[in-house]
Amino acid sequence: MSMDRRKFLKVAGVGALGLAGLPASRLLAADDPRFKPPAEGLQGKRWAMVIDLTKEAHDADAISVCHKIHNVPQLTNPRHEIKWLWNTGFKHAFPGLASKHMAVQYKGEHSALVLCNHCENPPCVRVCPTKATFRRADGIVLMDFHRCIGCRFCMAACPFGARSFNWVDPRTASNLDEPGEVMLTFPTRMKGVVEKCNFCAERLARGLIPACVENSSDGRMLFGDLEDPHSDVSRIVKSKYTIRRKQHLGTEPSVFYIV
Amino acid sequence: MNKRGEMLTGLVIAVFLVLVLSPILYNFAVGNARSVPDLKPPPGGEKQCVESKEWMRGNHMQLLFDWRETVVREGNRTYRASDGKEYNMSLTSECLSCHTNKDEFCDQCHDYLKVKPYCWDCHIVPPKENA
Repeated sequence: MSMDRRKFLKVAGVGALGLAGLPASRLLAADDPRFKPPAEGLQGKRWAMVIDLTKEAHDADAISVCHKIHNVPQLTNPRHEIKWLWNTGFKHAFPGLASKHMAVQYKGEHSALVLCNHCENPPCVRVCPTKATFRRADGIVLMDFHRCIGCRFCMAACPFGARSFNWVDPRTASNLDEPGEVMLTFPTRMKGVVEKCNFCAERLARGLIPACVENSSDGRMLFGDLEDPHSDVSRIVKSKYTIRRKQHLGTEPSVFYIV
Repeated sequence: MNKRGEMLTGLVIAVFLVLVLSPILYNFAVGNARSVPDLKPPPGGEKQCVESKEWMRGNHMQLLFDWRETVVREGNRTYRASDGKEYNMSLTSECLSCHTNKDEFCDQCHDYLKVKPYCWDCHIVPPKENA
């Protein structure tokens, strides 16, 4: 078959145009008809939480349930500690807002309950080089542990210390090294991976609210959709004075505190 | 002189061939030249996988990869198979509910092919009932 230069260029040009269309069709493939969201899952536009610090703190149940169902390792060395949900002093959670004249419930070292704030403008997502941390359409800042390379940029970027790094193999922790102890419904992590609270994304997919809220003492924690005007969370945020951690940084946290 | 050169060349070639073929010859001598993986059907008697057996054999790694992406990143949990049946996209609670023995099912081929997927660094193998 013979082909002159002019004809060759024509064919090659049309071919190149076709190739340019490829990425667009790849994007469309995100709506793969094979995959569907779970029918029973809770749908929200921006999941948020309200924590009432005026209520007496009995958070041990909420914390232990959270750490149990997510196979969070309990390591004895405090420098290896992994935390998803924990108590800290009010003065640490809200630097600059504490004073020695405050009511007694704000003075203890365990007065505030903190977790990942699932920010609207999350710095951890911006710095992640592999997009292992990303923000879902429902506002949850989620980690894809498969993609985490352990660079810890996100830990440096997070102003709330909400992230923990697995310095040792989490399966060597006392609560995970026995087959009967580990929860089969959720994976563990591996050494060299960062982890944090996931707002119980796996429970929302089954139509359940986060485990900490379910196990919190009466009225201490609330969960709901901030964009839904009828949710408990938006009712409280609209009717009461609430504060958020380090609001001046502009990360727009989704966890509100009643003080 | 010339003959000696030819002999030396022949010897070098023979030694080279023996060295190169030694793994194959070793397998023949030991008698496991045909020890290819032999997968048993699931013990529960399940006949139909999410897709056909032949397709799964060649594409299960891509399927698991797609499942992982869509479950974690897009929040989808349900897989509609080509025959219209729906499955929960989960390695440990869907795949392993039929293929209950990871050692005999996953590891047999992966060991044979010397591939090391890192699924089980994090995902938990359900304990064997008799163990």
